[in-house]
Amino acid sequence: MDHIVIIGNGISGVTLARHVRKLSDKKITIISAESDYFFSRTALMYVYMGHMKFKHTQPYENWFWEKNRIDLVNGFVEKVETNAKKLLLKGGSSIAYDKLVIATGSKPNKLGWPGQDLKGVQGLYSKQDLEMLEKNAPNNKACNRAVIVGGGLIGIEMAEMLRSRDIPVTFLVREKSFWNGVLPSGESELVNEHILEHHIDLQLNTNLKKIIADGNGRAKAVVTDKGETIECNVVGLTAGVIPNIDFLKDSGIELGKGVKVNRFLETNVKDVYAIGDCAEQHEGIGSRRPVEAVWYTGRMMGEALAQTICGNAREYSPGHWFNSAKFLDIEYQTYGWVFSERNKKDTEQHFHWQHPKEKICITVAFDKNSHRFLGINTFGIRMRHEIFDQWLTENKSIDHVMIYLKDANFDPEFYNLYEDEIVAKYNADFHKNISPKKKSWKRIFSIA
Amino acid sequence: MDNFDKSMSLVGEPPKALNTGQKLAVLTGMTGMGILILQLFNLNLGNSVLWLSVAIVAIVAGVIWFSQAAYAHLHKGIKNDGVWFKSMSSRGILAWMAGIALTGFYIVLYFYPQYLGLLKDGDNTGLIALFDPLSKALSGRPASQWFVYGTLYTVAILAFGAKFLWKYRHNKYEQLRTISVMFFQTAFAFFIPEIMARLNGDLPYYDLKNIWPLNYYNFERYRINGFIDSGSVGITMLFFGIISIFVISPFLTYKYGKRWYCSWVCGCGGLAETAGDSFRQLSDKSKFAWKVERWVVHSVVVFVTLMTTAVIYSYLGNDTSKYWLTKTMFISGVAVILTAVFAWTMIYKREELEKDAKYGAIGYFTIIAVLIGMHFFSGSGNIFIFKAETLRSTYSFLIGSIFSGVIGTGFYPILGNRVWCRFGCPMAAILGFQQRMFSKFRITTNGGQCISCGNCSTYCEMGIDVRAYAQKGANIVRSSCVGCGICSAVCPRGVLKLENGPEKGRINSKEVLLGNDVDLMDLVNNT
Repeated sequence: MDHIVIIGNGISGVTLARHVRKLSDKKITIISAESDYFFSRTALMYVYMGHMKFKHTQPYENWFWEKNRIDLVNGFVEKVETNAKKLLLKGGSSIAYDKLVIATGSKPNKLGWPGQDLKGVQGLYSKQDLEMLEKNAPNNKACNRAVIVGGGLIGIEMAEMLRSRDIPVTFLVREKSFWNGVLPSGESELVNEHILEHHIDLQLNTNLKKIIADGNGRAKAVVTDKGETIECNVVGLTAGVIPNIDFLKDSGIELGKGVKVNRFLETNVKDVYAIGDCAEQHEGIGSRRPVEAVWYTGRMMGEALAQTICGNAREYSPGHWFNSAKFLDIEYQTYGWVFSERNKKDTEQHFHWQHPKEKICITVAFDKNSHRFLGINTFGIRMRHEIFDQWLTENKSIDHVMIYLKDANFDPEFYNLYEDEIVAKYNADFHKNISPKKKSWKRIFSIA
Repeated sequence: MDNFDKSMSLVGEPPKALNTGQKLAVLTGMTGMGILILQLFNLNLGNSVLWLSVAIVAIVAGVIWFSQAAYAHLHKGIKNDGVWFKSMSSRGILAWMAGIALTGFYIVLYFYPQYLGLLKDGDNTGLIALFDPLSKALSGRPASQWFVYGTLYTVAILAFGAKFLWKYRHNKYEQLRTISVMFFQTAFAFFIPEIMARLNGDLPYYDLKNIWPLNYYNFERYRINGFIDSGSVGITMLFFGIISIFVISPFLTYKYGKRWYCSWVCGCGGLAETAGDSFRQLSDKSKFAWKVERWVVHSVVVFVTLMTTAVIYSYLGNDTSKYWLTKTMFISGVAVILTAVFAWTMIYKREELEKDAKYGAIGYFTIIAVLIGMHFFSGSGNIFIFKAETLRSTYSFLIGSIFSGVIGTGFYPILGNRVWCRFGCPMAAILGFQQRMFSKFRITTNGGQCISCGNCSTYCEMGIDVRAYAQKGANIVRSSCVGCGICSAVCPRGVLKLENGPEKGRINSKEVLLGNDVDLMDLVNNT
């Protein structure tokens, strides 16, 4: 009986284990040094904010693993010996495998700032990071100010967390507007405003130069490239994440930024695979990046690799891009590709609508020439995944999207709907005369 | 992780203290409560009208002021910061104190009303006397312990309803349904029955929105006689009571799910959603709790069905001189209805039943069938072995008082706000059965957007592990779901939507979610 050993109990590794169990009787072992049981990393912020207890972040009850014959090992893999097909764990024990899956995720990116390893300086990725933040910033008496460096999704989450305990936060963002490498300018500016509304000291166009220590090796201030010194007790480093693969250095497994894999998620070594945040495709799939540190791509790689491992070889072949996030109180969803001004091609054109008062807006991307719908970003409006997925598959035009936009709305019942205003603006912008069709259950559910 | 939690409360001390406004608001509200408590000691404060008004105004003002201080300065959005740090909402010392106080109140209310000032002979004293002027103004009668309870219950729904409206001011679904329960409580449960009693003294107290089996006493002999003796108004009300069960409720549940009742109309639901909102996260989400829930709540349904059948049977005659319905006609009717429901489920829906549900259904159906059969062959007055009166008083004590009141509400701060609705309410169980088997309602899961964060499960007051479905891309179709909509509200990724759509494809278990390779989805999901 094959022994499948998975390093890492995050969403990729656990999804793989579940699917392998459904498909086969193979022996499955998951090794993690982070936590005894699988938990949802995306929910760590809610533990600090008091919305949930840590146990609520665990999607499966503790009996689940034994019942499904998935062995859990709490240990840290120090070395992979691919010739002997075994793993050496910290403390001296070893585990033999027939097939090895590396699903070790990411770690916070540190860009070599002076003082980046001082006490009080941390990222926010693992359970240990959360525990450290609880010690570093329990309240606004122990932490008079925190400085967060790096304007991405984790940065804004960390700012929200600290603000929930009334800790003053300075947010250093390298770009001239928040996340504007990803978001088009209208949306990026909307988020800037919202960050300020939450009393976060947002400093755009600002880089960290160094972190200054007090006498005890703790951070006491940061210096920015504008020459300003900001006193603080905690420095959050949130300049993205990088694959967590240091332990593989001399293993013979080909590494780039992450563990190099082909479309079957195989590494250069036979019977060794990599999935999730730590896997790097030789070439990005479609417009996707070679390393994708996204919750659901980890899950999808686990789903695909389970088939391959169980004898039904399948490429990892993700469908249309989608994602979502929440910026403080504003929900964001995206389906298909909407590129920022910085990254978009000349043929990509945008239609933008924004609510006159509320923080609600949408941006629809389409091809300038063919008018083919490329993607949509929404802020403060929920949309149906199935419908946009279908429209993308069928290469619908932006006119089609506007006509049937009401079908795609996923806001809770009785919410104010804005499709009429959106289409009116579209008509005005592009000299069209489209009237939106009434929402139809029949159309909606023939897709879903 | 327990160590970590400890450090959170002992060392961490995240901000959980009340701000100045909240402290003053608590003082105001507690002053109102204090006046009521002083009355318990039978201090004669003098002017009842004045003191009762002061007490109620202080309580309502206190709660509303507290909400204003808690939410007004914040942006609209989800307000769950610190829920698990605050003593009251995380089973801390305050929660236990509140739980014990509430439980004590219910025990006194149900079993020792004399301590509230209810005297067998002579005028009320103490707390109940304080409510006499209000009761007389409405119905013309002096107050009873139930009038005191009803008034405080309504005040609680209105005051905490206002708090809930403030908390969810960004969410129209939550707002509308809260206004709805506030209205139904005030009008249907409080004012209308009192005023009807004034207009027609013989009419039994009837909260029109209470439907059998929630008002298990509705078909007892004294009430039936009361309805019949009150002429056409009474007959109309009795008729309404019956079509509520067989027509109105099934129709609305088919169209909208049981939420139309449980979180838009019902008084128990109303209190749970308003005064109990701070405790919704305390419900047990384990699979074990779900199993206990299914057995207990369906046993209550069987109990109430047997009890009501026995009670009605006991006063019907063998000929049509007194009531047009005879013993035999009635018992045959009950047997036909139960058999029809059982047969329909087993023939058309058996694939949707878990194994233990099948055993339970067959077991209970057999028991009822045997008991009804015994009646035909024994001819004694004791249908179902026990005396009808014994069944009735046992039900009223165990379920009507202990379960729905003492445990159901008294334990809010410990077990969560919907313990009664989840484990005890036979009405919720019947509506839930229909919701699961025959309804357009579902909570739709939005493709592959779920990140398994667990906010939905944590804040589900019915203890449904919502995430277990959402992370599989499956819709949530569960009998216990009361449609409060909070899972959808707290979801940070816009994954959940309560909606009524076609029945086909409503239950859609999936293994691979939308977003992955379409061929893989077809392969895995269709085999």
